[in-house]
Amino acid sequence: MSDTTPHAPLGPEGENPPVTSPAIGQDEWVARHLDRRLPPRLGKVEERLRQVPWWAWLTLFIGAACMLPVFSSSGYVRRIGFDTVLYMMLALGLNVVVGWGGLLDLGYVAFYGIGAYTYALLASDHYDIHLWSVVVIPIVVVIGAAAGFLLGLPSRRLSGDYLAIVTLFFLQLFQTLTVNGDQFFFDLGNVTGGANGILNVDPLDFFGREIAVQHNGVFAVDYYFIALGFFAVVFVALRFVNLSRTGRAWRSQREDPLAAEVMGMPVNWLKLLSFAFGAAVAALTGVLFASLNASVFPLSFYFVLLITVYTMVILGGQGSQAGVVLGAIIISVLLELLRDPAHARDVFYVCVAAGLVLAFWRRWKVGLGVAGGLVAFGFVVHAIAQAIDTSWTAGSGGACDPTAGTCPSNWVDVWVALPDDLASWIAPVSYIGLIVAALTLTVLTGWWRIVLLVPTLYLAAFVWENVMLAKPEPTRYIVIGVILISLMILRPNGLLGERRVEIV
Amino acid sequence: MLIASAATDKFIALTVDGLTLGSVYALIALGYTLVYGVLKLLNFAHGDVVMIGSYIGFGMLRLLGGSNDLVIPWVLALIVITLTAMAGCAGLGVAIERFAYRPLRDAPRIAPLISALGVSFFLAYSMQLLFGAQYRDYDLFSLPGNPLFLNGFRIDNVQISVVRIIIVVSAIVLCIALWFLVNRTRTGKAMKATSYDREAAAMMGINIDRVIVFTFVLGSSLAGAAGVLFAIRVPTQVSLGFILGLKGFTAAVIGGIGSIPGAMAGGLILGFAESYAAGYWPGSAGTRWTDLVIFSILILFMIFRPQGLLGRPDIKKV
Repeated sequence: MSDTTPHAPLGPEGENPPVTSPAIGQDEWVARHLDRRLPPRLGKVEERLRQVPWWAWLTLFIGAACMLPVFSSSGYVRRIGFDTVLYMMLALGLNVVVGWGGLLDLGYVAFYGIGAYTYALLASDHYDIHLWSVVVIPIVVVIGAAAGFLLGLPSRRLSGDYLAIVTLFFLQLFQTLTVNGDQFFFDLGNVTGGANGILNVDPLDFFGREIAVQHNGVFAVDYYFIALGFFAVVFVALRFVNLSRTGRAWRSQREDPLAAEVMGMPVNWLKLLSFAFGAAVAALTGVLFASLNASVFPLSFYFVLLITVYTMVILGGQGSQAGVVLGAIIISVLLELLRDPAHARDVFYVCVAAGLVLAFWRRWKVGLGVAGGLVAFGFVVHAIAQAIDTSWTAGSGGACDPTAGTCPSNWVDVWVALPDDLASWIAPVSYIGLIVAALTLTVLTGWWRIVLLVPTLYLAAFVWENVMLAKPEPTRYIVIGVILISLMILRPNGLLGERRVEIV
Repeated sequence: MLIASAATDKFIALTVDGLTLGSVYALIALGYTLVYGVLKLLNFAHGDVVMIGSYIGFGMLRLLGGSNDLVIPWVLALIVITLTAMAGCAGLGVAIERFAYRPLRDAPRIAPLISALGVSFFLAYSMQLLFGAQYRDYDLFSLPGNPLFLNGFRIDNVQISVVRIIIVVSAIVLCIALWFLVNRTRTGKAMKATSYDREAAAMMGINIDRVIVFTFVLGSSLAGAAGVLFAIRVPTQVSLGFILGLKGFTAAVIGGIGSIPGAMAGGLILGFAESYAAGYWPGSAGTRWTDLVIFSILILFMIFRPQGLLGRPDIKKV
C-alpha cells in the first residue's frame, strides 16, 4: 500500500522542472502532472522511450513474439502463446468500445461467440459446408460488425447503465440460444448443436490447402504465426482508425457526449461504429478460436471470459493499445500459472515480494522491517504450532494431491503452517478472517497499518496454501475479481493508460 | 366445456406461478432501484448478495437442526432464517459500499460499475471456493407433515400451496414496510432528497454517507429476504446470483430505474412474462425460450419507453 494518495504530487513543488505552458486543449493540471512524472534522470529515459514511434515498438514486439517457438519447442508453451495472442486481440477489440468509445459493453464476448459459431457453421461437417477460409473470414467479420451494429441500435439513445443491462442480457440470450439451439423453434432443426456444441470444425486453409493443427502430435506452430499476423493487422488497422477523424471523435464523445454533439459530431453514429468495430474484431478472433479447437461450445463464451477480458483492458489501461496488449499478456500468463498449484505457490510469494517492494519503495527501511518481521513471525507461528501438535505442520497444503501421490516439497513448508488434516471450519473462518483483516488494513493509517500488515500477510499465505490452492478454478477468478476492484480504487488508469481528469 | 376449464386451470396455475416468481424478482429489483436512486450506480454485485442470502438461510436452517429435525416450530424457523439472512446481507451490503464503492464516489461513472463487476465475481467465486458448486436444497419437503407443499387452498382445480402464499405475502409485507420507511420516516425523506440532488441535500445538513449506508442496508436486507424466499421453493447454487441479479436488474429497468413502485411492477411483469412464456410457447419447449421473451420485452421498452414504466425521463442539464 503506497503512502501517497493518487492525487498527491509526487515530490515537493520546488524540485519540479519548470512548468511548461500547457498545449492548447490540454488541462493545466494534466500538463503539470506529466512534468511531475519521474525524477529527472529516469524522466529523461522515459522521454526518450516516448519518442520511439509506435510502429517500432510493434515490430520489436512481433519480432520477439516470433522468437517464442524458437526458444521453446514444447507444444504446451506454444498453445499458451496462441491463447495469449487471442486474448490480446480480444482486448484490442474491447479497448475500442470501452477505452475509446467509453461504452460499457457487457455483451462483448457474445460477438466472439458469434464469430466462432459462424465459422463453425460455414466450415464444418454440421451442414457439410466447407468454404475456404479466405471466403469465410470476411463473411464472419461482416456478420460480427452487423451484429454489433444491431445490438447498438436500441441502445443508442441510452446512457452507460442502460447499455450495460441490454448488452449483458444479450450475452445471456446468446448463451440461451446456443445451448438450446439444437431444437430451434419454427422447426429450424439443429442449428447450434446445443450444449454438445459443433464438432469437426475445419482447420484454417490457404486457398483450399488445410493447415494442420497438430504436427506429429505437437501443437503446430503455424497457428501461432497466423494468429500473430492477424494480431498485427488488427493492431495497425485500429491504430489508424484511432489516429483518424473517427478516432478523435470517439474520444471526444467519450469525454463529453453533449459537448461533442453540440460541436456537430454524430454521437449516436459514433457509438454504433465503435460497437461494430469491437464486435468485428471479436468475431475475427472467434474464427481463430474455432478453427484451432476444431469445435465450439456455448460455455466458452460466457461471463467468466467477459470479466477476464475486462480485467486485461483495465489492468493495461483503457484507451492505450500497448497497455491492453500488456494487460492481456499478464493476465493470460497469470491465469495459466494459477491453473497448476505447484506454480501457483510461487506466484503468491513473488507477488507479495513485488508488492512489498512497490509499497515501501520510498521507505525501504520500513519495508525491510516488514519483510524481516514477516519471516520471523512465520517461523515463530510455525514453531508454536509444531510444539502444540505436530500434525498442525505435517501436511503439505492444498497444492498436494493425495490421490496422485504428488506432494512437491517446497521451501515454504518450514515457514507456513500446513495442517495435516484441515478441519472443515478452518477454511471459511480463515478466508473470511483474511478478508476482514485486509479490509481493516485499508481503514487503518500510520504504524497500526504496518503492524497489522505482518500477520495479515502470514494469514494470506496460510489461506493461499491450505484453502485456495486446493481449488484452482475458483481461486483464479477470485484473483481476477480482486485485481479488478483494487485496480479501480488504486490506479483506475491501469499500467499504461493516461490519467483522465474530470473537469467540473 | 372440459377444454375451456382445462385452459382456465392452466391460466390460473401460470398466473400463480408468475406471481410467485414476480414477487421474488420485485424484491431483488427494489435493491437495484434503491441504490440507483441514491448513488446512480448499478450495483452488479446485488445478485450475488441475494445468492449469499440464500446460503446464510441454508446455514441457519442447518443450525436449527435441519428441515426434518427442527428444534423450533417451522413458522418460527422460517422467520428466524429470513431475519438472519436479512441481517447478514445488510452487513455484507454495507461492507461492499464502504470498501468497493465509496472510494470511487467521485470517479468517472464507469469506474464503480467495473468495481461492481469485480465484487460480483469475487463474491460468487469466494462462495464456490468455500462451499463448492453443488446445489443446496432447503429440503422443506421433509418438514414433519409437509405443511408447506401439501396444504393450501384451491381455485377451480388448481392447488395453491402454502409456500407460494408465504412467498407472495412476505414480499407484499416487505414492500409495504419499505414504502413506509421511505415515505413516512425522516431517513426516508433524506433518502429521497439525496436522490433528487445529492449536493443540495448535503448543504441542507443531510449526512450523505449515512443515507447511502442506510440505502445499502435496506436494499441488501431485501436481497437477503429474496434469497431465502427463492430458496425455500427451489434449490440454490452459487451461479444463481448472476441469473437472479440479471432478472432483478432487468425488472428494475423495465419498471423505471429509481422508482420504487416501478421496481415492484417490473418484477411482476417479468414474473408473469416468464411464466406465461413457459406455459404458452407453442410446442413443449417453452421454458427454454423465456430469456428470449424477456429480452424482447426489454428491447421494446428500450426503444419505446427508455425511462421504464414509471420512471422519470432523464433530463440532461447543460
